[in-house]
Amino acid sequence: MINLLAVNWVDFYFIIFAGIACIFALGVLLTSNIVRMAFYLVISLGATAGLFFLAGAEFVGAMQLMIYVGGTLVLLIFGVMLTAQSRFISMKTHPRDWLLAIIVGSSLLMLLLIAAFNVPEWHDENQVQAAVAKLETADSKTATPLGLALTGVRVDKIGAAERLKPGMSGYLLPFVIVSVHLLVVLIGAAYMARAKRGIRVASSEETDPTDD
Amino acid sequence: MFTLLAFTTVSMYLAVGAVMFVVGVVCMATKRNALGVLMGIELVLNGANINFIAFGSQYLRPNSLGLDGQLIALFVIVLAAAEAAVALAIALNFYNNHISIDVDRADELKG
Repeated sequence: MINLLAVNWVDFYFIIFAGIACIFALGVLLTSNIVRMAFYLVISLGATAGLFFLAGAEFVGAMQLMIYVGGTLVLLIFGVMLTAQSRFISMKTHPRDWLLAIIVGSSLLMLLLIAAFNVPEWHDENQVQAAVAKLETADSKTATPLGLALTGVRVDKIGAAERLKPGMSGYLLPFVIVSVHLLVVLIGAAYMARAKRGIRVASSEETDPTDD
Repeated sequence: MFTLLAFTTVSMYLAVGAVMFVVGVVCMATKRNALGVLMGIELVLNGANINFIAFGSQYLRPNSLGLDGQLIALFVIVLAAAEAAVALAIALNFYNNHISIDVDRADELKG
């Protein structure tokens, strides 16, 4: 009985988070106001973090909130504010483009939904019960295994049959590559956003004095 | 179908991910504001991330991807941050040069 109640609460929160994520994603699509789009995107990504927490990925959910909602979207909102002239706030799309996009999008959605429900193992209630029965503890602690996997040690696969050599199955190299990639990208972005602004100030002073 | 909808399973996560992915694709196709296109890209990446988390969740399937799904999701989040920074720099450059953020105006390379 207690187990049944727990399953129902999981479903309850899943429906709430999934509904919020999908409805506000649709809101991003359907509104033409760029400021509202940014706001709806914040809510949609926050609800996605809730889905991550619900799936037991609490570290990824926290990173979703911190990096995505706290970093990337603040960046996007700054972009919206820097370009928010009244003629760009609300840009209408031609109905012809809407028609084509809706046709392509709905057929793609149909394909993906059929694929999602095509494998019986993926929506089998017994699978969920078996997975929960296999767990030793109800709470998930993934931060330490994730950090160790990023340094090359897979503590979560120590008992596995297909165990690889220590240090061979980790994610140290991708982690280093991503780190260098992020550094290069941020330097490049800062350089690109800076250099052109200097040129623009210099040229606008001699050609277009009314432009601020 | 209804008993199928009432349970939190991998398929339901995949359905949510599919909806966000498709909304992002349609967003990229229809928005004329360059920042709207960027938001569509963010939605697409999140839809993919939901799939990775669902396949990696040990609460939904006994033989799941395990920690690999979460690690790939982390990489996707970091790469999305890098992509957003570069794309925003390009969009601001475009705005500074053309005094417009309409992607339909970016047709100088048209033959």
